[in-house]
Amino acid sequence: MTKFKALAGLALSALLMGSAAFAGEIVINSDHSDPAPKKAMEELIADFQAKHPDITVKWNNFDHEGYKAAIRNFLTADPPDVAAWYAGNRMAPFVGAGLFEDVTDVWASNGLDEQLKSSAASMTIDGTKWGVPYTYYQWGIYYRADIFAEQGIAPPKTWAELLAASEKLKAAGITPFAIGTKALWPTGGWFDYLNLRVNGYEFHMELTSGKVPYTDPRVKAVFEKWAELVGPGYFLENHAAIDWQDAIPQMVQGKAAMYLMGNFAVATMKDGGLTEDQIGFMQFPEITPGIPMAEDAPTDTFHIPSGAKNKEDAKVFLAYLASPEAQAKMNATLGQLPVNNQAAKPSDKFLDAGFTMLSNAYALAQFYDRDADAEMAKAGMEGFQEFMVKPDQIDRILERLEKVRAKVYK
Amino acid sequence: MFPTPIQKASPAARIGYQVLLPVALMIWLIPLIGVAVTSLRPASDLAAGNYFGIPSGLAFENYAAVFRDSPIGWYILNSFKVTVPTVIGAVALSCLTGFALAVYGFRANLWVFFAFVAGNFIPFQILMVPVRDMTLRAGMYDTTLGLVLFHIAFQTGFCTLFMRNFIKGLPFALIESARVEGVSEWRIFRHIVLPLMRPAIAALSVLVFTFVWNDYFWATVLVQGQHAMPVTAGLYSLNGQWVAAWHLVSAGSIVAALPPVLMFFLMQRHFIAGLTLGATKG
Amino acid sequence: MSDTARSAGFWKRNQLKIAPWAFLAPGAIMFLLYVLIPIVQSVWISFHDWDGLGDKVWIGLGNYVELLDDDTFYVALKNNLIWLALYLLAIPMGLATALFLNQTVWGIRLYKSLFFFPFVISQVVVGLMFTWFYAPDFGLFSQLIKWLTGTEIAVLADERFVTLGIIVAGLWPQTAYCMILYLTGLNNLNPEQIEAARMDNARGWRLLWHVILPQLAPATFIAMVVTVIGALRSFDLVSIMTAGGPYGSSQVLSYFMYEQALSEYGYRMGYGAAIAVVLFLIMMVFITLFIVRMIAQERNR
Repeated sequence: MTKFKALAGLALSALLMGSAAFAGEIVINSDHSDPAPKKAMEELIADFQAKHPDITVKWNNFDHEGYKAAIRNFLTADPPDVAAWYAGNRMAPFVGAGLFEDVTDVWASNGLDEQLKSSAASMTIDGTKWGVPYTYYQWGIYYRADIFAEQGIAPPKTWAELLAASEKLKAAGITPFAIGTKALWPTGGWFDYLNLRVNGYEFHMELTSGKVPYTDPRVKAVFEKWAELVGPGYFLENHAAIDWQDAIPQMVQGKAAMYLMGNFAVATMKDGGLTEDQIGFMQFPEITPGIPMAEDAPTDTFHIPSGAKNKEDAKVFLAYLASPEAQAKMNATLGQLPVNNQAAKPSDKFLDAGFTMLSNAYALAQFYDRDADAEMAKAGMEGFQEFMVKPDQIDRILERLEKVRAKVYK
Repeated sequence: MFPTPIQKASPAARIGYQVLLPVALMIWLIPLIGVAVTSLRPASDLAAGNYFGIPSGLAFENYAAVFRDSPIGWYILNSFKVTVPTVIGAVALSCLTGFALAVYGFRANLWVFFAFVAGNFIPFQILMVPVRDMTLRAGMYDTTLGLVLFHIAFQTGFCTLFMRNFIKGLPFALIESARVEGVSEWRIFRHIVLPLMRPAIAALSVLVFTFVWNDYFWATVLVQGQHAMPVTAGLYSLNGQWVAAWHLVSAGSIVAALPPVLMFFLMQRHFIAGLTLGATKG
Repeated sequence: MSDTARSAGFWKRNQLKIAPWAFLAPGAIMFLLYVLIPIVQSVWISFHDWDGLGDKVWIGLGNYVELLDDDTFYVALKNNLIWLALYLLAIPMGLATALFLNQTVWGIRLYKSLFFFPFVISQVVVGLMFTWFYAPDFGLFSQLIKWLTGTEIAVLADERFVTLGIIVAGLWPQTAYCMILYLTGLNNLNPEQIEAARMDNARGWRLLWHVILPQLAPATFIAMVVTVIGALRSFDLVSIMTAGGPYGSSQVLSYFMYEQALSEYGYRMGYGAAIAVVLFLIMMVFITLFIVRMIAQERNR
């Protein structure tokens, strides 16, 4: 019902915007439809209004999935003053189409280059900042700490240790890695981490921005490492038939021991019956020695559409959104990590580990399907899935991906 | 009659047939029965791996949970908001077009008729981008009205084919004699032909109801948020949330399938008459 | 009455000419606006590069050239042909079911209704039912296969079986549809011809082939039309059951088009329109055949 009201509100605001915008009013469009994000937004807006009573906030909350289509419509037809979106290449089409406003000055005048340092690169296109990040979460390997203890396995720090641990688990009748690839994207996490660890962040970014062919031997090297896990059957069988949540019960029942996932998986694991002590978190191990450790941390952001009516006040809002206090409070509700490195540390065990890991990260990738062009991402992840089923077909798969790359990045 | 009536066969064959009927039906409906049973299985059964055994109890709770924890009731309401106006609109328009094409021998008659018929068979995809764009620009994107207008227009093709053939089968002499009497064309339609079209209207209403209720493609193309989403698209998005919760998916499926199923059983004769139009000579 | 007719003005004189167009107008305008004009617009869009946001850029046959070099297009095309071929099985299966049920025993009407039942259910629900049916570990079908062969097959995750698996799900309602067409046809057989043939000692298959089937020709024709169209329209089941996966191996043109034009993974309206045009042309072959036959029928009236 609230959504219905929000849309009615949108229609109404469209009428108002058409005639004259109120001085001191900003319209925010966002996709915080799930309960926790919705609460976080409500608190954020209330706190902002308390601090800036002269500015009225009008918030249109969209359905999370529908928003991806909606933003394409409202940015051209009826731009709000602030819009939620994602960092990295996901914002590139809108920046390219001139639909987002340059907010470099907001960063410069609020010291954000230092405080939001970890996300600076992913908010920059052509040397210009296009938005403000407010939350992200870590990816890494979640494992059954109790099974590791039983089998006498220490959390692996290197590739060799990871292989040894996998072999040991497999011998004990436990599938080392849970995964469900029906929705494709879980394969992206594996590719990201293997590429980040084998070739490093710079190469990963060059590849995902289409500057390196998929037939490059360095890409092939990534799949050779991956094959060392696929070949011996270290992933769940039938992974292509199930979603990521379907694989969780295998872990809960002790039939699988590790899961490369985003932090949101912890909640599902706990719902499935695992206690906090049974779950461990580790950084993805080193592969090529000496390569600085970069991480996947999908970042959510706010932007000012170039067609916004009240850009002055929208910038005030972005500056508030970037502040340590606002980010700490919002992320406590979201159960995610503040981007601002001055923000208070979260109390949750896994978030704390993630905060430390990401604050010290060499750089952050956004995730394969956000860093790569959408069409490339789809073809790429299909290729990864096919590789996990038919590892011997890798040359053919890479040739196909190269063909798509050549087409997409003309 | 073909095949030879079983009554003329040997007693053994007769009994065999009577036994085979329910067995064949059970096999035919296995996917349905499986889902129906799953929809009544307590969640604890599924968690414990009891997928096929006797359910430990009948969990009508699953149905309650579907209505309580998901907007499926709202989706169903949306489906009615799309389906009912579409039925009225498409049937009304096609009464007019069908009458025009059946009664008047103007030159373009057959070509107009074939355009309606052919349009009925084209792939939806060829309409998708322009119709979505048009709906968007008219401000009807993401509304039930946008869906209704498209469905009316598209279903009019099929309905016109149906109505035109039906009216062709009526005695033309009725119309002729009325014209001789000087009755206006509108009154001929309204007072002479329309009352005779009741069975066709009933059959078409049931069919269009089912077609539109079950539409999924346009529901995903012309609607994005849950406030206007019909139950087919809604069920799909719920399926995304209920991963691994098959007792809920099953219950939701049954709920979504129920209205057209009821419609079918209540109006069976009309339904089949509509569907099999043209399957016999005439 | 007769003098009102004679004292007619313009309307009365031209009524028979104007009336058909007046009756046609509302329906025809809607149909023109939502069906006929969009076809032309789609063809027009297919010559452009357009992401739905900015301006359309004319690229001539660019989208079609790209399509010819797109592997997914050939996978989809191949799968469409498989759909077309196997979906036609619904016709003999429907006929067999109809012959099986064409008896007058107690409760047969209910049996007929229940056999017809799958057709009434939304394809979304059919898709979900079969997804459950095929699910590894707990699906009824996969358990059956495991029991019979000892190995488990995840039908919807195995490129060898996935398209077959979806087609089987589609055949379920389609067979029911064909069955009902044939049941109606069987009801209207000419009993004298059958009796005459029986006198000539025609039995079983011979009787079916030479006497019954020719009489069922109208039903067979309609069944062909709806089955061919249904096979080429196969969108719902693919979308629900696999979304074209695993790794694109169950892709069909209708879903491919949607994915290119409107999904999260691309807003390539022009490219999508080009795919739609190809699908449209394939369908036009069948639609034309259908219309030609209808014209012949109209002439015979």
